[in-house]
Amino acid sequence: MQSNAALEYDYSVAKLFTYTTILFGIIGMLVGTLIAAQLAFPQLNYLIGEYGTFSRLRPLHTDVVVYGFMLSGIWATFYYVGQRVLKVSMAESKFLMFMGKFHFYLYFVGALIAVVTLLLGITTSKEYAEFEWPIDLVVVVIWVSWGISLFGLIGIRREKSLYISMWYYIAAFLGVAMLYLFNNMEVPTYFVSGGIGSIMHSVSMYAGTNDALVQWWFGHNAVGFVFTVAIIAMIYYFLPKESGQAVYSYKLSLLSFWGLMFVYLWAGGHHLIWSTVPDWMQTMGSVFSVVLILPSWGSAINMLLTMKGEWNQLTENPLIKLMVLASTFYMLSTIEGPIQSIKSVNAIAHFTDWIPGHVHDGVLGWVVFMIMAALFHMAPRMFKREIYSKKLIEIQFWIQTTAIVLYFTSMWIAGITQGMMWRAVDEYGNLMYSFIDTVAILHPYYVIRAVSGVLYLAGFLLFAYNMVKTMTSSKAISEEPTNKTPMAA
Amino acid sequence: MFHWLEKNPFFFAVGVFLVIVFAGLIEILPNFAEASRPIAGLKPYTVLELAGKEVYKKDNCIACHSQLIRPFKSETDRYGQYSLSGEYAYDRPFLWGSKRTGPDLHRVGNYRTTDWHENHMWEPQSVVPQSIMPAYKHHFTNMADIDTAYAEAVTVKKLFATPYDAPNGTPLGTHEEAKAAALEEAKAITANMKNQDVKDAVANGQIPEIVALIAYMNRLK
Repeated sequence: MQSNAALEYDYSVAKLFTYTTILFGIIGMLVGTLIAAQLAFPQLNYLIGEYGTFSRLRPLHTDVVVYGFMLSGIWATFYYVGQRVLKVSMAESKFLMFMGKFHFYLYFVGALIAVVTLLLGITTSKEYAEFEWPIDLVVVVIWVSWGISLFGLIGIRREKSLYISMWYYIAAFLGVAMLYLFNNMEVPTYFVSGGIGSIMHSVSMYAGTNDALVQWWFGHNAVGFVFTVAIIAMIYYFLPKESGQAVYSYKLSLLSFWGLMFVYLWAGGHHLIWSTVPDWMQTMGSVFSVVLILPSWGSAINMLLTMKGEWNQLTENPLIKLMVLASTFYMLSTIEGPIQSIKSVNAIAHFTDWIPGHVHDGVLGWVVFMIMAALFHMAPRMFKREIYSKKLIEIQFWIQTTAIVLYFTSMWIAGITQGMMWRAVDEYGNLMYSFIDTVAILHPYYVIRAVSGVLYLAGFLLFAYNMVKTMTSSKAISEEPTNKTPMAA
Repeated sequence: MFHWLEKNPFFFAVGVFLVIVFAGLIEILPNFAEASRPIAGLKPYTVLELAGKEVYKKDNCIACHSQLIRPFKSETDRYGQYSLSGEYAYDRPFLWGSKRTGPDLHRVGNYRTTDWHENHMWEPQSVVPQSIMPAYKHHFTNMADIDTAYAEAVTVKKLFATPYDAPNGTPLGTHEEAKAAALEEAKAITANMKNQDVKDAVANGQIPEIVALIAYMNRLK
């Protein structure tokens, strides 16, 4: 057992990102619930005129949850975990403190501008890369500021050996930087044409099939590096800390990390199966997606086995419950993805609701649960107050778990139903259903999905309430809560 | 080796970068030149069509509509000839979409008409009663951005050698010529439309978004 008493960590930046995690979480999930309801009840498209249609709001939902909620969560945990595993305080360097705050404020302003432009319809229309070129430039500066904080903190570290979480943060930083840069290579038309038209407009450097290739190399992997790599960074720190158990196997973490790094980027091709990209690329995407099960399950199993002999904590500690379920949903999602990447399955699944179903069992079950558990773990240590209510976490856990199950089951059925109807032929070989038949039949599933959205959002509001109470009015504590056998990290 | 890497962040980062960059190099680069070649006879978009494509992007039609017909009989029966790589050579960005909440649109110009689109965009349920698509009435009042569309055409002509002004191709000309040509094209479309406000606007030299969008839809064949 090693004492951290000598070092007072500075959580001011981690706290700021914690606030935006909660804020963007609420906004992103609210918009998500609204657009889910719009598919069931189209009248809801007209709440705010031309700015409120499904098509306009859908990128707002995806970008706010990915770049708002998740990135905030990742950075909140980074500015907390980074100091603790490297054994340095942000307060030791005025420069890093400045960079951390600069990182936050630029990010916050950038995020607000991005929200406004998306509502106005200023978009490149490339999924998850909708931001027009001026915002892309701001994103680059934000990302570089994180890089300076990340490597700056590493530069002044006392603990020479990088803990597993740091590997993943570094990988997330590098991976997203590379992918974002290449996918957003675009030319502002205003300057090339000598000042004609809108300044907020650009054309992609790549055309057609090439653009699709770069986009899905980005789309799968940049989002993957946010949804997966950075979240694994969290679980490798918070699960052992919260449970007081050592990580089950160092070798397994090595295998999973380097395996994931090598395999992940190949899998982008599975978004382009049966498209006009060459067959061999589709096959590569398909094969590597299946191989990806190994490193994904490697991490998940490593986490579950970390709980070996301590499974009783699952009933005693709601944070352990959140993290174990997160790990389990990670396993579900990473077996489902490879199944959808098999060419014959993809022929049915692609373009249907099974795909958002897949994404959401991953993000709702794995990403959001992990981020909430991480913030719950950090809150007593950052704000020096007890968690306001463990009972509320229990309630929230069950509401949201129910919501996830409703979400993915309804979307599995919807997706497979529609996929089968599109290809159904009668005895003469004619198509049996017109397109609208395959839409009308989905109504009940869209209703279920909207209900699941409401439930999940309600659970998240409970989380937000619990966090705010913990920050402001819960019982103060003089010392950090300790776990049974706290690890050195 | 791994223990050493974990103590040397610089080399660790370099190692990670090499491992992740590998797949991109192998998957993306080899086919780049070939995939960007247009099929024979493909003409660049006119300025009005480009402005329509901007409306398509602005209202993010790709959220629900694909432009990619897969090589299955069930798809070619429903939508027509499966999509070819060279057909997308002038699409910057590509607009394949990833979800079909509504039908594929890659060849919608083959089986839908100007007046169908006009009715449909004004009130989708008037032509497809069970449709869950929202109405896009603001396309009838918002004006299309012809200037930006022209700027885009100039940009792709200059930088990517998109063959505007080639013999038998799509003429582009100067800014004024392009605007006049777009207006002529718009007038031809409004001849088949019934919305009086739209007709009046075009007669006054303005082009509502719906006209540009229909020009783009009719071009998708």
